[in-house]
Amino acid sequence: MNLIVISLLVLGITGCAAALLLYLTARKFKVEEDPRIDEVQEVLPGANCGGCGFAGCRALAEACVKSDSLDGLLCPVGGAPVMEKVGAILGMTAAASDPKIAVVRCNGVCAARPKTSEYDGVKNCRILHSLYVGETACPFGCLGCGDCVAACPFDAIHMNAETGLPEVDEEKCVACGKCAQACPRGIIELRKKGPKGRRMVVECVNKDKGAVARKACLNACIGCGKCQKECSFEAITVENNVAYIDSEKCRLCRKCEGVCPTGAIHAVNFPPKKPAAPAAEGQQTQPTAQKEEVQA
Amino acid sequence: MKTFRIGGVHPHDNKIYSAHQPIRECPLPDKAIIPLVQHIGAPAQAVVEKGQKVKVGELIAKAGGFVSANIHSPVSGTVTKIDVTSDAWGMKMPAIFIDVEGDEWLESIDRSTDVIRECSLEPKEIINCIQEAGIVGLGGACFPTHVKLMPPPGKKAEVLIVNGVECEPYLTCDHQLMLEHGEEIMTGIQILMRALGIQKAVIGIEKNKPDAIARMKELASRTLGVEVQPLRLKYPQGGEKQLIDACIRRQVPSGALPIEVGAVVDNVATIYAVYEAVQKHKPLISRVMTVTGKSVEKPGNYSVRFGTPLTQVVAEAGGVPEDTGKIIGGGPMMGRAMNNIDMPANKRVSGLLFLPEAESRRTEPENCIRCGKCVDACPMGLEPYLLSKQAEKKMWDEMEQHDVMDCIDCGCCLFTCPSHRPLLDYIRMGKATVGGIIRARAAKK
Amino acid sequence: MKPLIVSPAPHAHSGDSVRKNMLLVIAALLPAYAVSLVAFGWGALITTLISVAACVCTEWVVAKYILKEKPTLGDCSAVLTGLLLAFNLPSNLPWWIVIIGAVVAIGVGKMTFGGLGQNPFNPALVGRVFLLISFPVQMTTWPQPQGFAGGYTDAVTGATPLSYLKNVLKGQGDMAASLPDLKDALLGMTGGSLGEVCALALIAGGIFLICMRVITWHIPVSILATVAVCAALTGWCGILPADMCTGQYVAYTLLTGGLMLGAFFMATDYVTSPMTGWGKIIFGIGIGLIVMVIRTWGAYPEGMSFAILIMNACVPLLNRIRPRRFGEKVRAAATDKK
Repeated sequence: MNLIVISLLVLGITGCAAALLLYLTARKFKVEEDPRIDEVQEVLPGANCGGCGFAGCRALAEACVKSDSLDGLLCPVGGAPVMEKVGAILGMTAAASDPKIAVVRCNGVCAARPKTSEYDGVKNCRILHSLYVGETACPFGCLGCGDCVAACPFDAIHMNAETGLPEVDEEKCVACGKCAQACPRGIIELRKKGPKGRRMVVECVNKDKGAVARKACLNACIGCGKCQKECSFEAITVENNVAYIDSEKCRLCRKCEGVCPTGAIHAVNFPPKKPAAPAAEGQQTQPTAQKEEVQA
Repeated sequence: MKTFRIGGVHPHDNKIYSAHQPIRECPLPDKAIIPLVQHIGAPAQAVVEKGQKVKVGELIAKAGGFVSANIHSPVSGTVTKIDVTSDAWGMKMPAIFIDVEGDEWLESIDRSTDVIRECSLEPKEIINCIQEAGIVGLGGACFPTHVKLMPPPGKKAEVLIVNGVECEPYLTCDHQLMLEHGEEIMTGIQILMRALGIQKAVIGIEKNKPDAIARMKELASRTLGVEVQPLRLKYPQGGEKQLIDACIRRQVPSGALPIEVGAVVDNVATIYAVYEAVQKHKPLISRVMTVTGKSVEKPGNYSVRFGTPLTQVVAEAGGVPEDTGKIIGGGPMMGRAMNNIDMPANKRVSGLLFLPEAESRRTEPENCIRCGKCVDACPMGLEPYLLSKQAEKKMWDEMEQHDVMDCIDCGCCLFTCPSHRPLLDYIRMGKATVGGIIRARAAKK
Repeated sequence: MKPLIVSPAPHAHSGDSVRKNMLLVIAALLPAYAVSLVAFGWGALITTLISVAACVCTEWVVAKYILKEKPTLGDCSAVLTGLLLAFNLPSNLPWWIVIIGAVVAIGVGKMTFGGLGQNPFNPALVGRVFLLISFPVQMTTWPQPQGFAGGYTDAVTGATPLSYLKNVLKGQGDMAASLPDLKDALLGMTGGSLGEVCALALIAGGIFLICMRVITWHIPVSILATVAVCAALTGWCGILPADMCTGQYVAYTLLTGGLMLGAFFMATDYVTSPMTGWGKIIFGIGIGLIVMVIRTWGAYPEGMSFAILIMNACVPLLNRIRPRRFGEKVRAAATDKK
């Protein structure tokens, strides 16, 4: 019996001493931090994706607590609901934000962009890009090896085996920007999602002269400038033989889509155009007829 | 027999197809396309205009800086345009287009073939002559030769090492050059020794070229200060750091140039061009290329004027073989696979190798079995298996600490890996990224 | 012209492959296998066949159904593991124990880590040590060499040279007389595990592998040299009995037991040995020291398996030793100047 009592006492005292030591040490070396940082971090998603521009969710939490307003601070994963909660904790209003999405600005599908060589190396876009122009004649187009797919932490982008191009999942993409960084050709851009997810995109970044670009890919932008002339809102600029639509100015009228001779401009997430009624509709039929002509 | 001390592999030399084929002149093209970048360094700037008539040897583009090279017209005719063209890898390059008319040379060029052995120019004049003639390293790297001949302050040249090794399989142009123009090369060596102010030169030749060794030894016996060093067969003996180690047993430290150990390395083809520039006033307008491969009809060594479309050179050799899978510019170890041969011949391409389709595809890679053969093979003493894995995982700082910037891209690691892993592909990507990080760090300071 | 094939340089390959290396090692083991058939007959044949078959099947099943990957049996590494495992077992081991050993060797020793190239410990030795600890009696009764005349599991058993040597060290001096002739130890007519008895065949196989550049000299030479030196030191310390000289002791130490098999075939396993020259030498020295410690003072007569497994654990540390970099001496001198 004595043995048991002695054992209990010894272990008990050792345990208590250790606990006291830990408590005192924790007190002495405690880092004084604003407790709100922990609170903010709690409501953040915890993906540590870097999409906010900071090195992880804790860094964003610190930035929010230390700054005077929430302007310019946005968690793309959580979006507006999470920023509102952060605002509630800190007593600030969350800035209104335009959700963004990754957009693949290449429509060089296998059918439109003939292969001029066969690549037999490692399936890695960065390596292929530093080696040569790629399996087609377009030095700016998508290489199809999937560096973007590998970089995405949200499983929001996948290669389409038929077209050879990556496709972004609208639901899952949070515009963290990892795919855009991974792409060695700068094809992926973070653009505004647009009202009801509708946006106009020039799906080409080929800077070669029109004839050269067209020879490499039937869907290329040839820099003809028709879209720029047609746009009444000055939203389109043509530089280096390629057109670019400024999403801030674009009003989604779809007129540019109608005049593009190669079909490089795409209207994303719009409802399908109603079939053109006979002349009774008047001016409305004109653009539609043009597009049908071109597509014929 | 001497060789470099660390690493190395032994590929089949396959030189039998084009060895001992006498150098043949390739006929002039109808249209010549001369790229403005045929060297390491800043692009050359065109000094001709559309419609201008030029003669062979006339300056058509001026060097764009100290580390750059002049470009001279290899043909006579009219300049049609200065435009952008695609190279063999689909990338755009600026070039001068000339419609060829006849074969009129500048009067100042001595076109006779007798060997002029005396040179009484001052070192500065020699270097100036070389610089004017636009001579770059013709071993593949294309580094402007005059820069090598002007050591930075504090560094002194002691030995000229002549690269007659030609360690790449299949290529034989340097070998043939030594057999046919040995005297000119020996004179070129003397000229360079004079320009550098040194008394010693070592010619490194691998032992699979016994006739070249004999010929150069015979010539060297009559030339003061020049000796021939026969070398054991091993790749990459032609790499300048390995060659210096093999010939004079000195190892260039990491990140430094050969001049650090008092050595200047030049390829025999470059030295031949130096001879022609100094003794015959002929700028660099052509080179000898090997066109070879198992299925090539007339494999051999062809003297080609720059600007000649490679399709024409290949036609001389019997045309593209039916079973071709890959066309490589250079040798199989470091040459780049081309995706078309519409590109013109230029200072950078030392040979064309046609590989049959059966030999053109890589084997499917397997897991790394940690055999360590890549470590044994690496001539720079690096750990390719580790660097490759680090590159895959984007561990750039660790790669820098493991000396990835020492890698010379020789390909010994991939050559020897039993699992056929794409080691060098990833290491190259790592080198490019780490190089960028280092430059950014230096720029910040 | 068909579209050309484009890939990064180099465009040539030595023709080496994993399978080629495995087959060369198997070929190098065949002389020792032939001797084992002569020495141990049916036991050798049956144990080897069962071991190889069980290893191959285990790898296939685990790869296909558990890891859900394409099985890579074509590289012959499972066959080699099976052969090596069998070589480390007494030839009279019941077939079901052999199967358990094979399943553990491949299933636990190799596949749990992800397949070829990922395991830290030598799979054959993992299997062997597992069996040694789980079935100590069966694993430590070795048959005497009787050829096909002796049966399989009912072969006549007896002490092995190493157990005699252990007794010699414990001071039971007259055991020295019952040690077999050195000639028998060299040619394999002694008791012991299936593949370890014929030192001559193993040395020949090892030299063949070094000449074919499958393995390098570093590990075998450092192991054997360390063991020889330790044995010589033991002799000079004077703990040997009067009728055995140091030379004899060194010779017996080198030629009996699992030393030759371990030095040339087990320790040199690619996956579990260091990548650089100095790393390999230190690895070999470590193995040599541990083997001699176990043989001299440990409970077991043979310590090769344990020595190799312990040093396998040190390999990640040994891999931090860098190979000699080009220009290193110059670099060191330059930093000294600074």
